[in-house]
Amino acid sequence: MRVTFTVNGSQQTVDDVWEGESLLYVLRERCGLPGSKNACEQGECGSCTVYLDGSPVCACLVAAGQAEGRTVRTVEGLSDTGLDPVQEAFLDAGAVQCGFCTPGLIVQAHDLLERVPDPEDAEIREALAGNLCRCTGYEKILDAVRLAAARRTAK
Amino acid sequence: MTTVDMRYTGSALDRVEGLEKVTGRARYAFENFPADLVYAVPVQAAIARGEIRAVDVDAVLEHPGVIAAIWYGNAPRLVPSDNADLAVFQSRRVAYRGQYIAVVVAETYEEAKEAARLLRVEYAAEDHDVRLRADHPNMYRPEKVNPNYPTDTEHGDPDTALTVAPVLVDATYSTPAEHNNPMEPHATVAEWDGDALTLYDSTQGASGVRDTVAPLFGVPPANVRVISPHVGGGFGSKGGPSPYVIIAALAARHVGRPVKLAVTRQQMFAVTGYRTPTIQRVRLGANADGRLTAIVHDAFEQSSTITEFAEQTTTPTRIMYAAPHRRTTHRLVRLDVPTPSWMRAPGECPGMFALESAMDELAIACQIDPVELRIRNEPDADPESGLPFSSRNLVACLREGARRFGWADRDPAPGVRRRDRLLIGTGVAASTYPVYRRPSQATAQAHRDGRFTVRIAAADIGTGARTVLTQIAADTLRTSPDQVLVEIGDSALPAASLAGGSMGTASWGTAVVRACEALVEGLDRRDGDLPAAGMESSADTTEEIGAQRRLSRHAFGAQFAEVGVDTDTGETRVLRLLGVFAAGRIINPKTARSQFIGGMTMGLSMALFEESIMDLEFGDYLNRDLAQYHVAACADVRDIEALWVEEDDPHLNPMGTKGIGEIGIVGTAAAVANAVHHATGVRIRDLPIRLDKLMR
Repeated sequence: MRVTFTVNGSQQTVDDVWEGESLLYVLRERCGLPGSKNACEQGECGSCTVYLDGSPVCACLVAAGQAEGRTVRTVEGLSDTGLDPVQEAFLDAGAVQCGFCTPGLIVQAHDLLERVPDPEDAEIREALAGNLCRCTGYEKILDAVRLAAARRTAK
Repeated sequence: MTTVDMRYTGSALDRVEGLEKVTGRARYAFENFPADLVYAVPVQAAIARGEIRAVDVDAVLEHPGVIAAIWYGNAPRLVPSDNADLAVFQSRRVAYRGQYIAVVVAETYEEAKEAARLLRVEYAAEDHDVRLRADHPNMYRPEKVNPNYPTDTEHGDPDTALTVAPVLVDATYSTPAEHNNPMEPHATVAEWDGDALTLYDSTQGASGVRDTVAPLFGVPPANVRVISPHVGGGFGSKGGPSPYVIIAALAARHVGRPVKLAVTRQQMFAVTGYRTPTIQRVRLGANADGRLTAIVHDAFEQSSTITEFAEQTTTPTRIMYAAPHRRTTHRLVRLDVPTPSWMRAPGECPGMFALESAMDELAIACQIDPVELRIRNEPDADPESGLPFSSRNLVACLREGARRFGWADRDPAPGVRRRDRLLIGTGVAASTYPVYRRPSQATAQAHRDGRFTVRIAAADIGTGARTVLTQIAADTLRTSPDQVLVEIGDSALPAASLAGGSMGTASWGTAVVRACEALVEGLDRRDGDLPAAGMESSADTTEEIGAQRRLSRHAFGAQFAEVGVDTDTGETRVLRLLGVFAAGRIINPKTARSQFIGGMTMGLSMALFEESIMDLEFGDYLNRDLAQYHVAACADVRDIEALWVEEDDPHLNPMGTKGIGEIGIVGTAAAVANAVHHATGVRIRDLPIRLDKLMR
């Protein structure tokens, strides 16, 4: 089948998509956007988190056909100019290690701050509970989200 | 011996590849797309022991997109090697359930996956034996334990000493099989050009993969190039090539096109290694004042029938505490199970759970504070080899940790502190990890514009290696980090040891320092006048490392945990975790703190969650994904802190560093279990600390 959707602001048409293919697979293998990671393929780890019409989803759990006519935003398209404050904060706080969970966590944290500009720690932990990281022990990721929140509020 | 001046070494430089990672631009193994590529999906054995009678290749070849199905019956022969796990499709035998026995190659991933699912395999199954038990009749004494330690050690007369000891602890502990589960599943893209092979692989050591893969295909190592700029974690499981790499290369050669192969999360539980389960008996004899007279630590472990991997479980016991009479042993049984391998601090991690739990039991038996008990048993020199320690600051870690944690007012009585529904307790345990260093090579090149390029086939699996090597090079070259480009993750670069054994910085850093020193000397001789092509120097540290003085080199640490145990549900939460480490000079406090805390969190995860459950009926691990194999999530970690004490050890390497990648996980589980005992009065000797064990 053919799937047409908007990714990071530009319209994409993908042909010969098998009905069972995930949005994640189409993004990574067909659209040249491997920023969203495939780490479990069944929605347990959050590494593939992208925006679908403004809501964060596990792209591995979304069938590519469901994206037809809709808008997808990935870590590659988070900021039009330079870095988003969340990306910047992940860098500054040292929240990145191997980097494989990072794109999903950044999209998830970005969504949290869009909804809750000044979250409590408990809200951050709840929002990120579906994003597994095996390297950092999460402490620096928490720091990064707090830092991004403070910078966004100050702006 | 320390020769690096500390201008940038010791500063919190941001991760140099951080920008690529936060923008999604960093390319991992599976994200390479050579022209004309095809996808491979391997098939796993559905029996735990037996033979493959037949595979119906023809039937799947009729499915859309399928190019080939390869198994023993039609696979090209590999050159025999001593690594039986890598001899993929070379035998009809099935050694464990989940072993790769065939592969399907198709135009798309979905076509390959579907055909792999449909591939009909006929087996002749045999009875299997997958249950580890200490009294297994086939337990034997391996020749050595990983990587090259004596299997057993004995000093004095431990049996008599235990018999006459005024205080005796005799307890058996067990730790489950655990799976590394790096976030990036293992993957490779294999492409042949004539007799030359390129592998885009997710590995902890590009040079090692090249040297292992090349002879299997009968080509010289120079014909194989392994490219691996970014690796999404490994924790030991990407230390050497796993069978999937060989399958990808074999399939690519067979179909004459580049092949992409990613191990799925579910497959990883059988084919990429795991931490062996252990059963450990610890006996401690002591005087009433807590001074140890005897230490005996016996470990029982498993390996597969095709590969002997004997973990060094009791080796930390050989160096931790003074006692005149002592013995350590390892016994192994070969079962019809997947081959275990390295997982973060193999040996030290499960071994120290047992030893440090036993020390807590001894503290209670002697009515001595557990911090004081450890200080009282501090040895003057390595208790078994007699060698001096290059530096040993366990006591400083214990004292600093106790001060910061607020240990002084601790009431030792178990099960008496309540906060709402929670029983509260605190526990302590020591950490240790050996200091290894292996030969490596590096080059340093000066360019006419004042910039430098340093090259070494090191790996950054998330540790921060690229960043700290940049700092080390900048200091040695007397320049700033932004003038230095460090190229790693490619076997075409000067050969290097792997990212394992917490020895990356020590091994690669030494080579980088020596190459940069030689370059600086050359530049000084020419008075900075560079030829147009720039100038390059190289180094090989084989001789330097071979000549280093014999000393007992280890990092140490102390971990303090506070837990709350829900009296209604038995659920344990780690409320506070503090680690204090003495690990030589810290090159980058930002990346180092993250390494320590990450290790401690994996230790917390080991204490409370991680457990691969063997299905005795079918003979493989039952919980094969992240929904069922639980790792600590964000909400499981509350207040966690890692600190270090200053340590100036001149006997290590030019940077003065000890490894920091693994020590963080060592001792954590014991600190948590000791805290759970303090909270509840229940001693958990069998990890993980599940609520059903507390409610019994």
